[in-house]
Amino acid sequence: MSPLLTYGVAGAVLIAIGLYALIVRRHLLRKIVALNVIGNGVFLTLVAAAPRLGTPDPVPHAMVLTGIVVAVSATAFALALAVRVRDATGAAVLPPPGDDVAGGPGH
Amino acid sequence: MSNPEGTAPVLLRGLAALLAAALGAAIAWALVTLPPSSGLRDAVAAQIPASGVAHPVTAVLLNFRGYDTLLEVAVLLLALIATWSLRLARPPAGRNSPGLVLQDLVRLLVPLLIVLAGYLLWLGAHAPGGAFQAGALLAGAGVLLTLVEGRPLGPLAPAVLRGLAALGVAVFLAVALLVMGGGRLLEYPRGQAGLLILLIEAASTVSIGLALAYLFRGDEPAPPEHRR
Repeated sequence: MSPLLTYGVAGAVLIAIGLYALIVRRHLLRKIVALNVIGNGVFLTLVAAAPRLGTPDPVPHAMVLTGIVVAVSATAFALALAVRVRDATGAAVLPPPGDDVAGGPGH
Repeated sequence: MSNPEGTAPVLLRGLAALLAAALGAAIAWALVTLPPSSGLRDAVAAQIPASGVAHPVTAVLLNFRGYDTLLEVAVLLLALIATWSLRLARPPAGRNSPGLVLQDLVRLLVPLLIVLAGYLLWLGAHAPGGAFQAGALLAGAGVLLTLVEGRPLGPLAPAVLRGLAALGVAVFLAVALLVMGGGRLLEYPRGQAGLLILLIEAASTVSIGLALAYLFRGDEPAPPEHRR
């Protein structure tokens, strides 16, 4: 197995680990970390797929750079939402379906 | 709730493991069987002289696929606006007073980080670097200053802060619309692409650094007299 393929398969494994944790874990912080593990798996896969024939293709590299910034933005907003959920319900977990959260501390 | 911090029931865990393993295996299989190809490498290399920069990744980011980068800067601004609109509580000031070591370290590091950010911004034209790397360094300086001073920048009016946060998108959009006279969105006129890209990247660096630093802080900046 070529080193590039190793990185690509490692990326696929990261995506699988992240997806499992995203479904199974209930704490919002763990879900956000799981999403980031999936994202990094995608980036690793893309970068590993870029140099399949000699010099790397710059387009996947540019896509990963764009993706990192979008992932950071989404993570920051998700963390802010998680803080808000904890302020409103007392715990940073999603309420069970059908359980309406009433109000929360007003601002 | 039997296990508020814990995991899901066994059946769900098994199904999730199965799904995750199947997806991972499918992606790995797709990668292994991917036919060798140079992708768009040669197409990019052929157009590098016309792009205004010498580094292929920067050429793709700011010229060939400038549209993606424009939207990306907009996504960052959107995340900042959305986070500010949540009205998170102000972090309690002076809870952890910074030690002398941190204070001296920040005094040494912040000017160095600003110089390095400028260097990376300039380097982006012909080597790995550019607006996002430079913005990340500025954000690191902002986070260090937040730890010591409680905020990334001096006492600026909120309107000025919002203006600086929007500067990247504003300059990017202005350039995109100004060059539209001669063609399509973000189709730079020949010979001026390098200058326009540097202008966009300089404005984006300031906005990216500011947005990331304020996302770390979380709450919306308010003038002193309106503090809750």
